[in-house]
Amino acid sequence: MTALLEVKGLTARFPGPGEGLPIVDGVDFHIDSGEVLALVGESGCGKSMTALSLMRLLPKPGRIASGRVRLGDEEVLSMSVNAMRRVRGHRMAMIFQEPMTSLNPVVRVGKQVMEAIRLHEDVSRSAARLRSLELFSEVGIPDPEARLDAYPHQLSGGLKQRVMIAMALSTRPELLIADEPTTALDVTIQAQIVRLLRDLQRDRGMSILLITHDLGVVNELSDRVAVMYAGRIVETGSRQDIFKRPRHPYTRGLLRSNPALAVPGERLPEIQGVVPSPVEWPQGCRFSTRCSEVFEPCRIDVPQTTNLGEGHRCDCHGVTSSTNSGDGA
Amino acid sequence: MLNYVLRRIGYGIFVVLGVLLLLFILFFAVTTPEDVARKALGERVPVAVIEQWKVNHGYDKPLLPGPGAWRDNMLVEHYRRMLTFDFGRSDADDVPISERIKSGIGPSLALTLPLFILSLVVALPLSLLVAFFRETYIDRTGVVLAVLAMSVSILLYIIGAQYIIGRVLHWFPISGFDADPRVILRFLALPILVGLCAGIGGDLRFYRTVFLEESNTDYVRTARAKGCGEARIMSRHVFRNSLIPLLTRVVLAIPFLFMGSLLLESFFGIPGLGAITVDAIQGNDFSVLRTMVYIGSLLFVGGQILTDLSYGLVDPRVRLE
Amino acid sequence: MADWVWSNVVVALLLMGTGGVVFYARRSRMWTETFSDLWRRRRFAVLVIGFYVLVALLDSVAWVGGMDQGEDTVARYEAQSILDRLFAGSQERSYSAPFADVEFYGGAPLTHPGAHILGTDLIGRDVLYLSLKGARVALLIGGLTSLLAIPLALLFGISAGYFGGRIDDVVFFVMSTLASMPGLLLLIALIMVLGKSTVAVCFALAITGWVGFCRVVRGETFKLRELEYVSAARALGVSEFGIIVRHILPNLMHLVIITFVLMFSGLVLSEAILSWLGIGVDGSWGQMIDQARNELSRDPIVWWNIVSAGLALFGLILAVNFVGDALRDTLDPRTLRETE
Repeated sequence: MTALLEVKGLTARFPGPGEGLPIVDGVDFHIDSGEVLALVGESGCGKSMTALSLMRLLPKPGRIASGRVRLGDEEVLSMSVNAMRRVRGHRMAMIFQEPMTSLNPVVRVGKQVMEAIRLHEDVSRSAARLRSLELFSEVGIPDPEARLDAYPHQLSGGLKQRVMIAMALSTRPELLIADEPTTALDVTIQAQIVRLLRDLQRDRGMSILLITHDLGVVNELSDRVAVMYAGRIVETGSRQDIFKRPRHPYTRGLLRSNPALAVPGERLPEIQGVVPSPVEWPQGCRFSTRCSEVFEPCRIDVPQTTNLGEGHRCDCHGVTSSTNSGDGA
Repeated sequence: MLNYVLRRIGYGIFVVLGVLLLLFILFFAVTTPEDVARKALGERVPVAVIEQWKVNHGYDKPLLPGPGAWRDNMLVEHYRRMLTFDFGRSDADDVPISERIKSGIGPSLALTLPLFILSLVVALPLSLLVAFFRETYIDRTGVVLAVLAMSVSILLYIIGAQYIIGRVLHWFPISGFDADPRVILRFLALPILVGLCAGIGGDLRFYRTVFLEESNTDYVRTARAKGCGEARIMSRHVFRNSLIPLLTRVVLAIPFLFMGSLLLESFFGIPGLGAITVDAIQGNDFSVLRTMVYIGSLLFVGGQILTDLSYGLVDPRVRLE
Repeated sequence: MADWVWSNVVVALLLMGTGGVVFYARRSRMWTETFSDLWRRRRFAVLVIGFYVLVALLDSVAWVGGMDQGEDTVARYEAQSILDRLFAGSQERSYSAPFADVEFYGGAPLTHPGAHILGTDLIGRDVLYLSLKGARVALLIGGLTSLLAIPLALLFGISAGYFGGRIDDVVFFVMSTLASMPGLLLLIALIMVLGKSTVAVCFALAITGWVGFCRVVRGETFKLRELEYVSAARALGVSEFGIIVRHILPNLMHLVIITFVLMFSGLVLSEAILSWLGIGVDGSWGQMIDQARNELSRDPIVWWNIVSAGLALFGLILAVNFVGDALRDTLDPRTLRETE
């Protein structure tokens, strides 16, 4: 069965020395129908840019330099602007991190959801309003009838995010891209939103690309995980693979240093050093400056992808199919 | 909301009182009634005549409140008269100032109102267009043209227009004014054209900046992600949200509609409030000048309050406070 | 000491001051990047401004003496600048067209046929000379006024924004009052009261001009005051004054530069309007334009006066505007745009 979304060699460059800095560098992944893939990494690793590239919403002065993105049977990167507009919000929808500023402040939220519907479907205003009402209930907005006419500033962060979700889901997209949907919210609300996304995903059989740096959210929502560092994907695998059998030193470091997975009474391990800025990316493997298992080839050659079986892949010189798995989390 | 309006009006009154104080200092303390009298009558006039003139024009009282003159002094007089709109007579030719003002408002509005509307109608769509085509050669050309237009002094526009269109091409009269509706346009055509050209550069640059800024916001990104086309984004989302800075600029211009344009009116011979002011400047007529500045300030303060109120119309965040 | 000596001293001080500023700015990466960016994008405009500055300097360095050869008896006893000396003896008697050999009206032969590139004016002065002299006046107006207005705005704006409370109330009230008076009218009123000398005009322009920038400074200071490193500095015991000088002020410098450049063109244009009203500064391009207005109604028309002054004015303003825009694109967040 071919995947719903297939990304091959996606590279996005921002102005910089030479051809520019590849903030997204040769990224490969795929998402099957009805599957949730989490794209994990620290701030600045390029995961948001990857998501924006899929929607062709990369902010200037960035530009997509190369790669292919296939959604169903359409090539996203090469289609016309008009065709792309029909895809956005219809086959692929996106919700963003900052619900505070992501809604139009002078338009009632009901109308904004209705706009999302009427941009793609020929329905009357009243029909669209009815659908919006249903969506509001579906995403768990209390007193939805009244809320339809509210302005964004009258809603809390959690409610705003629910509105965003309703808006994104209004046209039954095949793929939902969620860029840090819970990061800007309070912890209790985070849990609610995560649960909401999980329920919605199951009910609709929708695929989700979940961008996050919160491993707890990853654990709750995702089927598969891709780990990203400095513009490159370093490890991909099922949730079990990543959490129980991480192979890449970065993945291992991430898991070890997560307080939720720490051993009480012991010093919390950390990954030494800091994430280098794009201008300072080292030659060869970009993690080489901080890796505890670094050796010769790491500083010279870019690591190739090693297939570890059953969809588990890792880009590391120190990981070949024959080495033993390291300790789990 | 009502609370807010009342507070704003209250503060506005304070400001007007402050303006009157400043005017008093400028026009009575720094230049004394003596100076004004001499300017009007001449240097070598005997003291008695000067004193008489001062009595006639109400300048004979002591300057500030003091023993024996708590109410009968210039400061209090100044406030009393200005606040009751008792403007008195012109220093230069004794004509009651209120009459002058009444006769001047009509011509001023006849010029500034069409100019104002025309500027909006031309500049707003152009700016939207330029912002839509941002970063392309259309945008860059537009910006360069706008800066070029802005960098020419309005004096040059006036002189150029008068010469080329008035004298060489004979399309319109160089100056003059006739309120008869059948011919009024002929006299207004040139000043309106000049006013338009002189202002459009600055307008375009400002509006474009506002539109571009709104185009880079998160909610516009959401709209794009929904599949909204650029044209719709500009005309619906961006424009709607740009109204606040836009309104500020537009509503604040309203007071000036009444004051007339000093330059356009005097160059093109339109007998409005601006021309009256210019005459007062050139004739050292302080009482008229004083009055005009006061009225201007009143209108200005009124304009600012109007602007604040208009925010409520446009931005729901303000409305529901 | 005579006026001209003071003028030379001021010029020298200005040059030294500029040298000092450049030296200090070289150590900061932001400024060097800004200016190399500017040089890359708007090289021509910067050069044009440089040319005007050079001309203005030529007209600013003056001394008495050495003019005994010429016909102009006044020039023997008054300070003559380098520019004056370059054009000494170029006097004709009346109008002549550019490159002409004879007078415009009447056809009498000129003393220096073909030498007047831009012609001569009503009393025979070379128009190129007059246009060049206008540069100093323009730069003086723009420069001196900004030098008055900007520190004033900084003083009041920072005080209001940083200390808040009563001080802010007072400053805000003064700002509101001044801002409520129609600019041009207030300007005119001030000049009628303060006098018509160059310094008075600059003062009047400064008084009407400082409010806009002050508002921006006040707003920015409010924001800067809340930043964490300010709290940290305070916790470490740095005095309020120290905080203002070391943390707030440097963060306002980019706004100062942009405001200076953008105010400049507005000021010069305002002066042109004042000249037309008869209360401008002597020798400015505005005054030339005003005087030349009537010439267009002559027959045949005398066009070179107004065209020269107009072009000279346009050239400087355009260059300054381009540079100002480029600077703003590089240095500025949205702060200044809201007050345009």
